[in-house]
Amino acid sequence: MASVAGKIAVRLERLIPKLVIAPGFLAILLFVYGFIIWTAYISFSKSKMLPNYTLIGLRPYERLFQMDRWNVAFTNLIIFGVAFIAISIIIGVLLAILLDQRIRIEGAIRTIYLYPMAISFVITGTAWKWIMNPSLGLETVVRSWGWESFSFGWIVDQNMAVYALVMAAVWQSSGFVMALFLSALRSVDQDIIKAASLDGASTAKIYLRIILPSMRPVFMSAVVILAHLAIKSFDLVVALTNGGPGYSSTLPANFMYEMTFRRNEIGVGAASAIIMLLTVMAIMVPYLYSELRGSKNV
Amino acid sequence: MSNLDIVRPENSSFQWVGRLLIWSILLLFCFWFLMPAYVVISTSLKNLEEIRGGSLLALPHELNFTAWQHAWNQACIGVQCTGLQPYFMNSVMMAIPAVLFSTILGALTGYTLTKWRFKGSNIIFALILFGCFVPFQVVILPMAQTLGILRLTNTVYGLILVHSVYGLAFTTLFFRNYYVTIPDELIRAATIDGAGFFTIFFRILLPISPPIIVVAVIWQFTQIWNDFLFGVSFTTGGSQPLMVALNNLVNTTTGVKQYNVDMAAALITAAPTLLVYIVAGRYFVRGLTAGSVKG
Repeated sequence: MASVAGKIAVRLERLIPKLVIAPGFLAILLFVYGFIIWTAYISFSKSKMLPNYTLIGLRPYERLFQMDRWNVAFTNLIIFGVAFIAISIIIGVLLAILLDQRIRIEGAIRTIYLYPMAISFVITGTAWKWIMNPSLGLETVVRSWGWESFSFGWIVDQNMAVYALVMAAVWQSSGFVMALFLSALRSVDQDIIKAASLDGASTAKIYLRIILPSMRPVFMSAVVILAHLAIKSFDLVVALTNGGPGYSSTLPANFMYEMTFRRNEIGVGAASAIIMLLTVMAIMVPYLYSELRGSKNV
Repeated sequence: MSNLDIVRPENSSFQWVGRLLIWSILLLFCFWFLMPAYVVISTSLKNLEEIRGGSLLALPHELNFTAWQHAWNQACIGVQCTGLQPYFMNSVMMAIPAVLFSTILGALTGYTLTKWRFKGSNIIFALILFGCFVPFQVVILPMAQTLGILRLTNTVYGLILVHSVYGLAFTTLFFRNYYVTIPDELIRAATIDGAGFFTIFFRILLPISPPIIVVAVIWQFTQIWNDFLFGVSFTTGGSQPLMVALNNLVNTTTGVKQYNVDMAAALITAAPTLLVYIVAGRYFVRGLTAGSVKG
């Protein structure tokens, strides 16, 4: 009798780990994977104002790619993504290297560079919208200094609005890139650097030829994280330009929201969400694969 | 790395110019990062005539907190002129339980996936991890429907559910990466002594977890407080979280545009996460870099 009870206890004991992770895992299975399948299904369906489960094949995608609004949004994503990633990394790396030169109040400066990461894109957008206000903002300030032709009406200019987004996003994220690279710089092997400088290499050369090339993985991480941020960008656009003028600065995430919740085009909205997912996966999967393969050797 | 210039003697005037250049660039960027904060704070303290008549960069004539008060309890958000106060409470009511749930569940999941591995546990981890990278656009439509079915649309409970589930991927990653560094021998020894799953967790793992708990809580709080997409997709009117209310307040077009109130509202909205950042910045940065440097 006692041994039967004991056996049951042992079995229960073995089940506990699985029981503990079951609720969370099942939730993710349903709310992530189940929902992706659900959205994918909707993206092939007739859904307009309400979900409609009649399949119509690729027609929503055809419609999507014919819409000028979507093409503008996707082109904007490429412009925004490339500019945002490149500028954030250039500024981040520059600041990390400079901060690495025995700066006395490094901690304070780092705190200043990084605080935008603690606030939301809605607040960043609100603040920059005010700064870029054409009649009361920075433009007027600079003109009052005597530079009469200075123009900074980016948020009301069709061709420049997307760069206003880049500016605010870079402001928000370059401190983060700085932090990534600074922590990587701190873990570089000192002996290699000493050897190189004994050989007469200049500081600049040591950074350009030895240190930065050894940081390929950090560059990779930075690119992937920033690309991910760019693809998901939604609130910054809402707060800063609201996609305008017209829809000239709209991004795919805003397109998706607009179609799904405002324009009764659920099918097209779902199709655009699937394209966004595929874009993220095209970037993430090779990265995760190389990361996981690398860490298995450790 | 920081003792580079000790190793090699350099021309001292050259070095002096170099230091000057480094400092000017660093300070220039300090100015660039601080300028929006300065503009927002100073605008929030000005009155409307000062804003229209004066320069964006000018200091306010006097410390005038009327705009703050107005943003807190009088400003119109849509047609409701209640100020941010009720929405602030919405966000608090949403963030606290969601942070608790996702952190506790993440700790247990991370613990199980590192110390109680079973067949398939690696696949489970990979599947959970992928949840960190999914663009939420791909789940919001089904989520909106599910919340409707569960009758949770437009409630704080709906948002708690959403944030708990989608935060779990990150908290699991944090705890998993932390617990993986703790030697398995410790757990094996405890098992031999007869300790079970929960005893080991509460007696051995939890006492050494405070640093990673702080990282996870700060990360989750910042994410949830700053979320806009879920709030705007799943709630309307009086049940919206603060971030959505701020956007509505700024874009309410009735009446005279009160820039000082907008800026005060932005500051009120930013205050909680900024406070956390100032108090516990070190842990905040660790959370930011945790998932990236070492996956």
